[in-house]
Amino acid sequence: MAERHDAADRATWIDRFSSLPSARRSLILLSPAFALIGAFGIAPLGLILVYSFLVPGTYGGVVWEFSFGAYIQFLFERDIFDGTLAFSSSYLQIGARSVILAGLAVVGCLLIGFPTAYFIATRSPGIRNILIFLVTVPFWTNLLVRTFSMMLILRDQGPLNSILMGIGITEQPLSLLYTDFAIGLGLLYSFLPFMVLPIYASLERIDFRLVEAAYDLYANRWRVLQRILIPLSLPGIAGGCFLVFIPSLSSFLAPDLLGGGKHLMIGNLIAQQFGTARNWPFGSAAAMILLSLVLIALMIYARQAARRDQDAV
Amino acid sequence: MRSDMMAGSRPYDLKRYPGFGFMAAVCLGLLYLPLFVLVFFSFNERRSVSNWSEFSLDWYAKALANDAIRQAATNSFLVATVATIAATVLATAAALATTRVQRFRGLTACYAVINSPLMVPEIVTAVALLSFLSLIGLELGVGNVMIAHTVFCVPFAYLPIRARLHGMDTTLEQAAADLYADPVQTFRHVTLPMLMPGIIAGAALAFVISLDDFIITQMVASAGATTLPVYIYSQVRMGVTPEVNAVSSMLLGVSIVFVSMAVLLRKKETA
Amino acid sequence: MNAALSQTPPEAVGTAIELRSVTKVFGTGSAESVTALDEVSLAIRDNEFFTLLGPSGCGKTTLLRLLAGFEQVTRGDILLFGDDVAGLPPHKRPINTVFQHYALFPHMTVAENVAFGLRMLRRDKAEIGRTVESMLTLVKMPDLGERKSSQLSGGQQQRVALARALANHPRVLLLDEPLSALDLKLRQEMRLELKTLQRETGITFIFVTHDQEEALTMSDRIAVLRAGRIQQVGTPDVIYEHPANPFVANFMGETNLLPAVIGAAERDMVRCHLEGGAEILARPVGDNAAGSRITLSLRPERIVLSADSGSGLTGRITDCLYRGTDTSYRVTLENGPELLVYEQNVADRGNGMSVGNSVRVLIAPGAARILAG
Repeated sequence: MAERHDAADRATWIDRFSSLPSARRSLILLSPAFALIGAFGIAPLGLILVYSFLVPGTYGGVVWEFSFGAYIQFLFERDIFDGTLAFSSSYLQIGARSVILAGLAVVGCLLIGFPTAYFIATRSPGIRNILIFLVTVPFWTNLLVRTFSMMLILRDQGPLNSILMGIGITEQPLSLLYTDFAIGLGLLYSFLPFMVLPIYASLERIDFRLVEAAYDLYANRWRVLQRILIPLSLPGIAGGCFLVFIPSLSSFLAPDLLGGGKHLMIGNLIAQQFGTARNWPFGSAAAMILLSLVLIALMIYARQAARRDQDAV
Repeated sequence: MRSDMMAGSRPYDLKRYPGFGFMAAVCLGLLYLPLFVLVFFSFNERRSVSNWSEFSLDWYAKALANDAIRQAATNSFLVATVATIAATVLATAAALATTRVQRFRGLTACYAVINSPLMVPEIVTAVALLSFLSLIGLELGVGNVMIAHTVFCVPFAYLPIRARLHGMDTTLEQAAADLYADPVQTFRHVTLPMLMPGIIAGAALAFVISLDDFIITQMVASAGATTLPVYIYSQVRMGVTPEVNAVSSMLLGVSIVFVSMAVLLRKKETA
Repeated sequence: MNAALSQTPPEAVGTAIELRSVTKVFGTGSAESVTALDEVSLAIRDNEFFTLLGPSGCGKTTLLRLLAGFEQVTRGDILLFGDDVAGLPPHKRPINTVFQHYALFPHMTVAENVAFGLRMLRRDKAEIGRTVESMLTLVKMPDLGERKSSQLSGGQQQRVALARALANHPRVLLLDEPLSALDLKLRQEMRLELKTLQRETGITFIFVTHDQEEALTMSDRIAVLRAGRIQQVGTPDVIYEHPANPFVANFMGETNLLPAVIGAAERDMVRCHLEGGAEILARPVGDNAAGSRITLSLRPERIVLSADSGSGLTGRITDCLYRGTDTSYRVTLENGPELLVYEQNVADRGNGMSVGNSVRVLIAPGAARILAG
């Protein structure tokens, strides 16, 4: 009897749900995900936006007092004795290093990634699938473990130095680790799959009869690459550059482990302010600046992509 | 000009670019050599991670016997499991809402909200969550980590499920309704089984993403809630040992298994 | 619910489905709203093979989807055995559908597909097993029950889709262009089988197609639709021989549509003056007052060409295409328009019938039809 009652209840509940207007049903289905992401994804961002305009507490945390201090601190240093502001470039340098290293990572990834993607796209389907799988696996594997393994390679006693000494290029081990070079290489290595995969996706779609047509019209290899292959894979190239630039810019692990914490990037600066430095407003301001840079890059990318779509129509 | 056109002893391959194969080899070498070195030295009998002596599984045995590692591993799997289940359920509902109903205004905004954890840099999410959790005073230990992981796992689970739903013909659901299945029966017997490969792929990716996360966990986790990546990081900062190599290799192995699973499912779906 | 639907009032007996001024507008209120069906009224008899025929976009599939319950009417009523079905969701209608691309569940076997409806109706297991078996036998696939539906050929999928719909013993079966995905040979074979199946089961079939030949060979009655409006409802021969308007005449195979003016009456015929002066005798339709402008429909196979001299109109062959069973000619009348003519290829034909030759054009009295408008 009770069971029957349940069945009837269920039926009315479902009937009521399925008789709702479709937009209302969507909203109900979306609400759990929205509530979670809203509360623990978006609200915290709002909170650090607020924090970036407050004053740091002595032992971490914040004092609820409005101030532009956190943002001013980026460009000026307050003299401890007379309290005057003097221009200081140290934080600006961290920002510049972040942008330059991320840019170099993009260039490096592109130089290795495009030929790789092209090579894969021109293999037979069986080999193509294996190679793409090999590129995909590091894309999803643990970044910490991968960065750590790069540390092993670059160490003074690591295999790279052994080889270099073995073939007599150098007598003493080179200090590769804890340099800007190590960070750049680490970024390149970390995000290389992000470049290969989108370029491959657009190269794979290219109709190779277009290449034949170009050769038929007296183009040589270089002209085919320049006039046919690169323009047609431009969406993938742009996507790849974006996907490498964003995580490189906000990278924490590569500068932390491979740079030894001495060559900071903006990600480390933020972490430091919430850790040892205990200046949450300044850390929040740095986070807001990073987020703004990312959103600007996203907007530029989205606009470019939209324009390309429009041209294609 | 003429001789140039006729030259070449081997057939002229229109698709070939000299040096591109070499670059592909460089690319794969760069991606895999460090991992090989890592795994290789995890089997080294001596304590060194640069001089090979003899094959041994000692470091794995040591790692598995280490209480701190076992605790971290337990936490990692617990967090990944809970976050995966929660994120997959939320993502499935969200995917149904954004594909199986009439298009409505604000749909693009919905995508943006669901995918927002992908767009915000991890370090920013990490410090923001740290600030937020300390402000509201939520201290659930591993629970905090679970909540944080669920948030960023949702878009990873959502994307393959939505892709699967997009490719699914609505006429199958209409056919079920035509054959007397009520909305619940239609969902149970047609939509859900058809959606399963997408759900499993999404869940596998969510699991890997949760298992791999370091920065957010590092910021959010309290002392008892350490996960494997956080443990590895603390060890790496202290010095490199084959024991860390062994733990890292095991974590690597688990990731590769789950990623392969997701890739294979996706392939089966497109085939 | 079946019981409720069978309590039909006496006057509705014999009518399976009735549509009263059914209008369907997509995107109501928006700038791009489309009227798919416009004031359609129609009665479909029980046990009838009824075909909805029209070009793509005419609203025939929309009509089918309204009957199945996948869409809701904007205005008007749909009556199923006398009862209004508004608000009845698809899974509560005693109607089943054979979908255009079959919509077989790919994750189930053939037998599970056929059993699906009965399982949803919570029928007895043994009964389901028996029905599945008999249905698969009915569609000539008795031993393929354990196959996955993805392992079947197009023709086999078609049969499974039929078995799956018929297994529920629906009172009405909707078929949405079910033959369009099959190749020509198989399509012709399935036409016969569908027709036989309908006769044997006595289920009302409502068949949607854009293929006029399919409609003519299979249907008891046909409704021709165009732009959401019904043009004509009737038996195949009436639709073909007595088209209601130029659209129907043109859609049901090739025809010569000739503007003409009504002249004097002659016994039971009227003289129709074509442009240029040629005259054709046609049977009057309604009151064809002398002097009124009409359109004549003249089927190409109803015209006879002859190389001999004698009575009839005179024309010149301007084009000639050999088509196997017949030859298609274009003939320009001396004092009239150009005509399309089909001549059977019999043994002694072909003499003097080449391009440029002058021929006699014989049109029997009553061969041309007067169309309204």
